[in-house]
Amino acid sequence: MKAKRLFVVDVDLCVGCQCCMFACTRRFGEAGLSKSAIHVRSAGGVERGFIVTVCRACENPPCARVCPTDALTVREGGGVILNMDKCIGCKNCVKACSVKAVFWDEEMQKPVICTYCGYCVDFCPYGVLELKPVGGEIG
Amino acid sequence: MIEGDPISRILYIDLSRRRFWVKERSELFSKYFGGTGVAIQILHEECPSNVHPFDPKNPIVFAVGQLNGLFPVASKTVAMFKSPLTGNLGESHCGGRSSIAIRMAGYGAIVIKGKSETPVYLAIHGDEVYFRDASAIWGIADSYTVGRIIRELELGAGVRTIMRIGLAGEKLVSYACVVTETYRHFGRLGLGAVFGSKKLKALVVSGRRSIKPGKPKLYREVYKEIFEKAAKLPLMRKYHELGTAMNINPLNRLGGLPTKNLKTARFEDAEKISGESFAERFLGRRVACAHCPVSCIHIAALREPYETEPYFYRTKMISYDYELIYALGSMLGINSIESLLKLIDEVEALGLDAISTGVVLAWATEMQEKGLISEKEVGGLKLKWGDYENYLKAIRFIVAQPNEFYMDLAKGVEYAASKHGGLDFALAFGGNEMPGYHTGPAAHVGYLTGSRHSHLDSAGYSVDEKTVTSGKKLEAEEIGKTLFEEECWRQILSSLVVCFFARGVYTPEVVVKALNVLGYNLNIEDLRGIGREILKSKYRFKVREGFNLEKLRIPKRIFEVETPHGFFTEDFVRKAVKVYRENVEKEG
Repeated sequence: MKAKRLFVVDVDLCVGCQCCMFACTRRFGEAGLSKSAIHVRSAGGVERGFIVTVCRACENPPCARVCPTDALTVREGGGVILNMDKCIGCKNCVKACSVKAVFWDEEMQKPVICTYCGYCVDFCPYGVLELKPVGGEIG
Repeated sequence: MIEGDPISRILYIDLSRRRFWVKERSELFSKYFGGTGVAIQILHEECPSNVHPFDPKNPIVFAVGQLNGLFPVASKTVAMFKSPLTGNLGESHCGGRSSIAIRMAGYGAIVIKGKSETPVYLAIHGDEVYFRDASAIWGIADSYTVGRIIRELELGAGVRTIMRIGLAGEKLVSYACVVTETYRHFGRLGLGAVFGSKKLKALVVSGRRSIKPGKPKLYREVYKEIFEKAAKLPLMRKYHELGTAMNINPLNRLGGLPTKNLKTARFEDAEKISGESFAERFLGRRVACAHCPVSCIHIAALREPYETEPYFYRTKMISYDYELIYALGSMLGINSIESLLKLIDEVEALGLDAISTGVVLAWATEMQEKGLISEKEVGGLKLKWGDYENYLKAIRFIVAQPNEFYMDLAKGVEYAASKHGGLDFALAFGGNEMPGYHTGPAAHVGYLTGSRHSHLDSAGYSVDEKTVTSGKKLEAEEIGKTLFEEECWRQILSSLVVCFFARGVYTPEVVVKALNVLGYNLNIEDLRGIGREILKSKYRFKVREGFNLEKLRIPKRIFEVETPHGFFTEDFVRKAVKVYRENVEKEG
């Protein structure tokens, strides 16, 4: 099966409720935002709409390239897998990601990386998000 | 309570001494959940008797509740303070990102005391608290601009709240509001003026933590149940589609839409400013508060040409709601959406409470119409129903206060009418300007008895509306009792802090279930008991500050204009108020 990733299919449908962000942390049974690998913020005021940041599951991910301990490995078909045990919390990956999709868990001092599970999709009532095969930008 | 939940941390900030500290108060939060229940206890502790609202000793208390951040549509923050408008209990609720930001920063409440010598704004990022110099932004009239500047200065985009005041707060207008995230407000009872009196221009809070409920599986199950109700139930559709503005047409048809200072309760042009007309012609975007799937915030796009410059346009995004359309629309006889949006925009920019501003202007218009005040007093203006240009100027005068008359208007309609006359048609209850429902006696009894003198305290309008439909005639005793019970229950919602729009989702059964996830084992009767205790605590504060239900002034106008329930008498209203009083003063 082809590797999947999260797509922001229509950002103009986003109302900024951030229910996706809460869903992401809830995967671990926690309430809040510290473990969220998706981020919604306004594009300079809510009247201008929103910026929804998700991991694009790069073919050649810069975050993995700068990881000094191989905690981040390239997933087959695109994207990365984080091995928390190996991670020393250097934040190189946070700096390397050009779309700012590597988040930081202040409580654990570790990166938060999308696992491409699609749990958030079920909690977006507006159809902003979709889990689709990597490379499925069109169609 | 969840073990280790940071909700029990209260952040105290003293602006006079530029210090801050945190106190653990788990006893308060475990008993009262947060929000209203905790805020009133803190107010009892921190607010000295008979203190002037602008005295540095008047504290500002922000409190969130245990459901904030855990469950959807628990998206509100409660503010408590002594109100400059009523000289008594000030309580105001606000959504936006305020509650999530405070909760995720790791606090249950923030208490701001003292007064800064020079203008400041506060930045709270998790455990870090900064007193930032605000000299350069003090004096900026427009709250949109203040937001834009601070947005660039501070971190936390997406997980922060930016509460700020416009010029109305700095100029101590008694009904100045605090604007958050643009378009949401601590609107009523003058929190903006208390900010201004403390030289506090803004408050930024951000955070990204999480809370660990002990039963993760149960947590996810209960969450899903509530989420689906909030996102899909027909009872939420009203807020979701047309928004609160959808009330205009049905209320007008019923004959309960206060119009032209309530000289009538039907507006001949209601259709032109209805929720339907707004949506069809101007709705530009809908947005939501953080952690609420409903998206009730409706923002209109107003495209205007510049008169002096061909092919040059500005497109302003202006948020509208039912109460604004009532107060600045039907109350002032405004029959075009374009004009109405300009008034709303001005009120938003200057940071005024829209309801109070509209009611004050409606009273002033009738005063002028009756020849009871001169054109000179009104600053050379001829206030006339429907004439938005003069109203626009008058709004600016309320903030600038160029003469004694406008200084009086800036103190609210109760004050202005006590001095200039026209009390019979000065539409304030307990000192707070009237909300947009002339639906029958229950609405007015609710304004009088409600602890905030707001329609949302006990929803008397809803009692009126339901009984109009069913054809049932309510007795005074029943109204007093029903409103008391409803207000008690709402103390629970506002302690958790759930948005009142979701009261149909958070039924007593659902609240019991949600609290069970947090480790509580309470039944519905327990909850009602706690609600009563909280309401009584608020009432005790009010009585301490001189409140007396028997002595409340009732504007005669409400008895002169027919409601959907016909006419009713002052005796009837007094009787219902008496029943409410017996209930709220009952021991236990």
